Amino acid sequence: MTENSHVIAQFYNEEGTASGPALSLPVDVNPEQLALLLNSLLGNEEDPLPYTFEVAETEIANTLDHDIIQQGKQSTEETFKILYRPQAVFRVRAVTRCSSSLTGHTDAILCVSFSPCGTMLASGGGDTTVRIWDLNTETPQHLLKGHKHWVQHVSWSPNGKYLASAGMDGLVIIWEPRSGKQHAVLKGHSKWVSALAWEPLHLNSACRRLASSSADGTVRVWDVVKKQLEFSMAQHTAPVMCVKWAGDGLIYSGSRDKTIKVWASTGPYPGKLVKALTGHAHWVTTLALSTDGVLRTGANDHTGKIYKDEEEAQKRALQRYEQAIALNPERLCSGSDDFTMYLWPNKSEEVEGKKAAPKRMVGHQKTVNHVSFSPDGRYIASASFDKSVKLWDSRDGKFVASLRGHVAEVYQVVWSSDSRMLLSCSKDSTIKLWDIKTKKMKMELPGHLDEVFTVDWSPSGDKAASGSKDKTLKIGLDEKDRGREKAWREIEVGTKEHIGNIDEPHGV
Amino acid sequence: MPQNEYIEESIKRHGRRLDYAERKRKREAREAHKSSQFAQKVTGLRAKMYNKKRHSEKIQMKKTIKQHEEKNAKQKDTEAVPEGAVPGYLLDREGQQRAKVLSNMIKQKRKEKAGKWNVPLPKVRGIAEDEMFKVLRSGKTKGKSWKRMVTKATFVGDGFTRKPPKYERFIRPSALRYKKAHVTHPELKATFCLPIIGVKKNPQSPLYTQLGVLTKGTVVEVNVSELGLVTTGGKVVWGKYAQITNNPELDGCVNALLLV
Repeated sequence: MTENSHVIAQFYNEEGTASGPALSLPVDVNPEQLALLLNSLLGNEEDPLPYTFEVAETEIANTLDHDIIQQGKQSTEETFKILYRPQAVFRVRAVTRCSSSLTGHTDAILCVSFSPCGTMLASGGGDTTVRIWDLNTETPQHLLKGHKHWVQHVSWSPNGKYLASAGMDGLVIIWEPRSGKQHAVLKGHSKWVSALAWEPLHLNSACRRLASSSADGTVRVWDVVKKQLEFSMAQHTAPVMCVKWAGDGLIYSGSRDKTIKVWASTGPYPGKLVKALTGHAHWVTTLALSTDGVLRTGANDHTGKIYKDEEEAQKRALQRYEQAIALNPERLCSGSDDFTMYLWPNKSEEVEGKKAAPKRMVGHQKTVNHVSFSPDGRYIASASFDKSVKLWDSRDGKFVASLRGHVAEVYQVVWSSDSRMLLSCSKDSTIKLWDIKTKKMKMELPGHLDEVFTVDWSPSGDKAASGSKDKTLKIGLDEKDRGREKAWREIEVGTKEHIGNIDEPHGV
Repeated sequence: MPQNEYIEESIKRHGRRLDYAERKRKREAREAHKSSQFAQKVTGLRAKMYNKKRHSEKIQMKKTIKQHEEKNAKQKDTEAVPEGAVPGYLLDREGQQRAKVLSNMIKQKRKEKAGKWNVPLPKVRGIAEDEMFKVLRSGKTKGKSWKRMVTKATFVGDGFTRKPPKYERFIRPSALRYKKAHVTHPELKATFCLPIIGVKKNPQSPLYTQLGVLTKGTVVEVNVSELGLVTTGGKVVWGKYAQITNNPELDGCVNALLLV
């Protein structure tokens, strides 16, 4: 019926400005053809970029006809406003199977983190140790002892030189991951330390400063090279659960006293309270910044280029940061025990001096445990104790989709570096891989014997690691790594100190 | 040095002096003063030997006192790390959430240890047929008595439809039909109201199993999807066995104990 008919269409970019003239398109045009057309309109035929297209908030997956006209979203009489969004140029492959189960910890694993370059993995556990694992051979590399109580959080500095670990004993210990030696022990907190945040690379290329938040209500900023406290911010009246260092130099801290406080890290009065964000009705459990992905990796991007010179690295990091905020201003999203999340606007979004109100994201039926922005800043994923993961649009906080599949509380959620896939770990001992394009579950990765507390995806995209209460770390690989599997079968399996369970057929 | 035991014999026969205990106590109390007086008076080699002896006694006494003190003073054991490591987002939350799920590792270990049919109530009271069934007379002059009505609680499935009344031999009154059971988890001591899937075995007789009679000791299968249990293969567990622990016809509810 509508095979040969045409419609008038106009391409609009994310900000709403039209690019290119109005065109007459056949109704059976598919996304690939639209991409070709758009690339030629914008003038990058040699270097075509991938895009996603949507009309009236419905994504064009098959053809214009199938998704828009036949669904009745828009009539053929009006001009079609085709909104295009750039996608990441690189593609991350889905993590499909568990390549190995790393044992070694003698108690539950509480936190796991890949280094910014993606080659090293650090895990902290209830047995008070931090272990660094070599990813090429999948064996333990260093055993870092120093904490006297559970290790709650491990964090890599953006240049990969230092590893900081925070424990229940109130200490923050800085390690040198390559040599496995202890660099500094930062004492000062009187109660357990809940989170760590390094200063972004583009603000300070030496990666000297680190912020730590603690249950004693203070946020302390330490100088790692001088090994002492720089300044301390003590305005919260309840345990501070999370801290984030934003790219513009502000430090955000979310606490159980239902407020989020914004502090200045530079300027004439470092440590001064800039703003207090109130609105939540119960504990603030988690914070996320839209530039989290960029700040964490610093100068490393998907090309894997390593910068030896600090200056160059800082320039590249600044470039990446500015690219990220050009699309979406740096915003904060907070999740709370009151089942809602707030999307706090940036200072630059104030209209005529009147402060922009935060957007309230409602929908979860239980505590929101973890919130994460996608690396391209487009979506927000939230993991909650009501067994679901919800996707929200990051520009206006609107609900996009609900991802159901877990049968118990979802603890953490992490994005792949190309923003196309999502991993979620849960109390029901499974990890699920979700596809963002189809908004459905792509893969299920069972195999853990007990609750999975933490999950992380390597910034270089090829590996994912998960730590669980059953004292094992599982590393997930994608399909293409079968060739390497043969190589490490020949390596002898460990000394009496560490055992690596290679060749365990989990989830295959 | 007494020869033979005439002193002990005399004590046995006549007892001790009436003020013996008091005198003994006072003598012992004076020991410290007496030995110190002696130590001050004595001279020469005797003094040396005596002082040496006292010195070694003093050291012993000090050691025992220190040991006693250590036992009383409870010092914080800095080496011990408490059990139950949890990440920051789970701290300070009520244990209520934990009641719903039991860790899979413990379940596995327990399954290996115990035999599968290790039920909490191994023996039950035998129920006679006249207690279980009530005879219903039918027919024009109520002469026929082949119909029976079950007087105990029963479970009939979802798609149950009665046989034509003329041919029904066993009648299960709808008032005595139960669909849900209050199932207690033996370790967690938490009770959930779960729907019954079917009657697995009634220990009285296979006839009762077929009829679906719920008496004490019957093993039923319940729907545990509410608990969110997952096997290591990633499959969701939705049915588990439970044994009935009360007399449902007397209480009006079915209480059962989950067989893990």
